[in-house]
Amino acid sequence: MTSIVIKGARILGGEPADILIRDGVVAEIGQGLSGDETVDARGLIALPGLVDLHTHLREPGREDAETVATGTRAAALGGYTAVHAMANTEPVADTAGVVEQVWRLGQEAGHCDVRPVGAVTVGLAGERLAELGAMADSAARVRVFSDDGKCVSDAVLMRRALEYVKAFDGVVAQHAQEPRLTAGAQMNEGAVSGRLGLTGWPAVAEEAIIARDCLLAAHVGSRLHVCHLSTAGSVEIVRWAKSKGWNVTAEVTPHHLLLTDDLVEDSPVGSYNPIYKVNPPLRTRADVEALREALADGTIDCVATDHAPHPVEDKETEWAAAAMGMIGLETALSVVQEAMVETGLLDWAGVAERMSCAPARIGRLEGHGRPIEVGAPANITLYDAAVRAEVDPAGYASKSRNTPYEGRTLPGRVVATFLRGRPTVLDGKLA
Amino acid sequence: MKRHLISAADLSRDDALLILDTADELAKISERSIKKLPTLRGRTVVNLFFEDSTRTRISFEAAAKRLSADVINFSAKGSSVSKGESLKDTALTLEAMGADAVVIRHGASGAPHRLAGWVRGSVVNAGDGTHEHPTQALLDAFTMRRRLGPLDGRRVTIVGDVLHSRVARSNVLLLSTLGAEVTLVAPPTLLPVTVDSWPCEVSYDLDTVLPKSDVVMMLRVQRERMNAAFFPTEREYSRRYGLDRDRVAKMHDDAIVMHPGPMNRGMEIAAEVADSPRSTIVEQVANGVTTRMAVLYLLLGGADLGGEIQ
Ligand SMILES: [Zn+2]
Repeated sequence: MTSIVIKGARILGGEPADILIRDGVVAEIGQGLSGDETVDARGLIALPGLVDLHTHLREPGREDAETVATGTRAAALGGYTAVHAMANTEPVADTAGVVEQVWRLGQEAGHCDVRPVGAVTVGLAGERLAELGAMADSAARVRVFSDDGKCVSDAVLMRRALEYVKAFDGVVAQHAQEPRLTAGAQMNEGAVSGRLGLTGWPAVAEEAIIARDCLLAAHVGSRLHVCHLSTAGSVEIVRWAKSKGWNVTAEVTPHHLLLTDDLVEDSPVGSYNPIYKVNPPLRTRADVEALREALADGTIDCVATDHAPHPVEDKETEWAAAAMGMIGLETALSVVQEAMVETGLLDWAGVAERMSCAPARIGRLEGHGRPIEVGAPANITLYDAAVRAEVDPAGYASKSRNTPYEGRTLPGRVVATFLRGRPTVLDGKLA
Repeated sequence: MKRHLISAADLSRDDALLILDTADELAKISERSIKKLPTLRGRTVVNLFFEDSTRTRISFEAAAKRLSADVINFSAKGSSVSKGESLKDTALTLEAMGADAVVIRHGASGAPHRLAGWVRGSVVNAGDGTHEHPTQALLDAFTMRRRLGPLDGRRVTIVGDVLHSRVARSNVLLLSTLGAEVTLVAPPTLLPVTVDSWPCEVSYDLDTVLPKSDVVMMLRVQRERMNAAFFPTEREYSRRYGLDRDRVAKMHDDAIVMHPGPMNRGMEIAAEVADSPRSTIVEQVANGVTTRMAVLYLLLGGADLGGEIQ
């Protein structure tokens, strides 16, 4: 196999160095290295390949919105070398057969590693446990289980799931949404929902489930991961659980670090534009501040995109009828740069920890999320933090275009992505 | 004035007064034997109703016809929220028909905002979900002004299911613009959690507010709210928030009683109160036509009214 040398990259934003890749592994780091091929990375930051703990690839079932192939292309362009594919497909990924299918599709596409998430309950119906062990033992080696999109709201079922996955070091990733408190909910419950006449989605509906689940996880001694925290109160509960030494981790999406619910009322694309309709909903400025702080101080472990592609007809409609979700793979690093790096809350080592190392660790995903050091698999993202550009989704690899950032100027650009030494993206384009 | 009337918040004080003054002028026409003006001849007004409301539709239809506009009634009931694409498709159809104004009633809050992004004509919100119903607020203000004179400093009490009421939302906004002092009275379950950010007072106790009120507006209570535990029983609701003869006796002599209709007689309002001389419920219907004429006239830029009303 040929060798590649990445010239002059600043590893985690540090001093420029050359990185020699041989046989898919970082062989040497130093000055004046040479290889069969050379990638000029002067001025670029080298990060460990990003890992997403929460991606909706839609296949099987909604190939009109996204496929494993298109979604992983988007991931590679966003600097990701591995993604966890959420289970709410059609059919639901609740058997070994479906998770193996998704895993194989990922292998065939080859843009990044796809680790399927298994459903906690059969059909996401919240009634009985899916065959969690069979999924764990399958070729896909599932370690993350989630009914994402729906909350495992039954306390007994949640307890059993948390207990059961201990047998194979799994983790239950909970979409925390008390269903009765959010019946018919359309956006964050607050001043804006009151004015717009949209049924409110109270913060307590998220916080109550997180509090309950932390207590359950502590009681049975299991690992809990909380998906897409969105409120200041959720942060406080996770902080409290961690202070107790409980095995609780949490994620935040890029959009919850940047966008607020007043965009539903007033934005450059008008009011009631469903491009901002997402689950959990965009919250207030105070929530955004709390989430940023919590990500900086480690209360929130990682950033997860919750990349949720939808075809245009599911968004070009009245608010109540529109689908919830936004795409995010191709903008995640830029949004994190704007929200966390340019505000001085995180340095690039901090970004690497929260967008690569922590999600790989939580997902028990070997070979990813390792520091860029000799002997590590060469999963590397080269990023230009110095540029700024207007977001134009026309060129996106995702099949869907439901990004809230269209027309907005964001910093940074992923220049190259290497998956085990093989470039999946070069010069900002699929390799 | 803005091109659309989607929210009462779209109206400045001057806009609102212009509409009410124009409605006053137009009311004179209703007293003539020939009730029609040629003002909007050749213009097309589409009544786009995704939700049944015969009363509101007829009111807009009468208003448009008295101004000689062509009226197309487009009933799209049943296709609203279940099949999302229909609103945009409908908008494209309206564009092709050259609608100058679209009067839209829709079960989803914000549907008129979306429509306004897709059509060139003026959009008039005739009620969207639990959001707003600005022409209802205008006709209510018009009715109050006819009975009480200028609204500055007048005390208006709105009673009932504020949470789900587009009428209440629009009234709070418009009445505060016009200088009235609004008090909302409801059980806490039927008020938005952030109602304290609204330009109004809030009370849970109707009896203490009544003696200070110049206007008491009763909102319709939907019986299904009881099943969703917004209040315990109809009887309890009626006892605490219903307007009966004993409560009316606490109001001062000139105070009026309003209701946007349709009423639950015996629930939020006693029959004898609804039919009393204090009640403006019948006038509100007539005033609806005049006020909506004023809105269509001003939005569609009709010729100078002075020359037409002799
Ligand atoms: Zn979710």
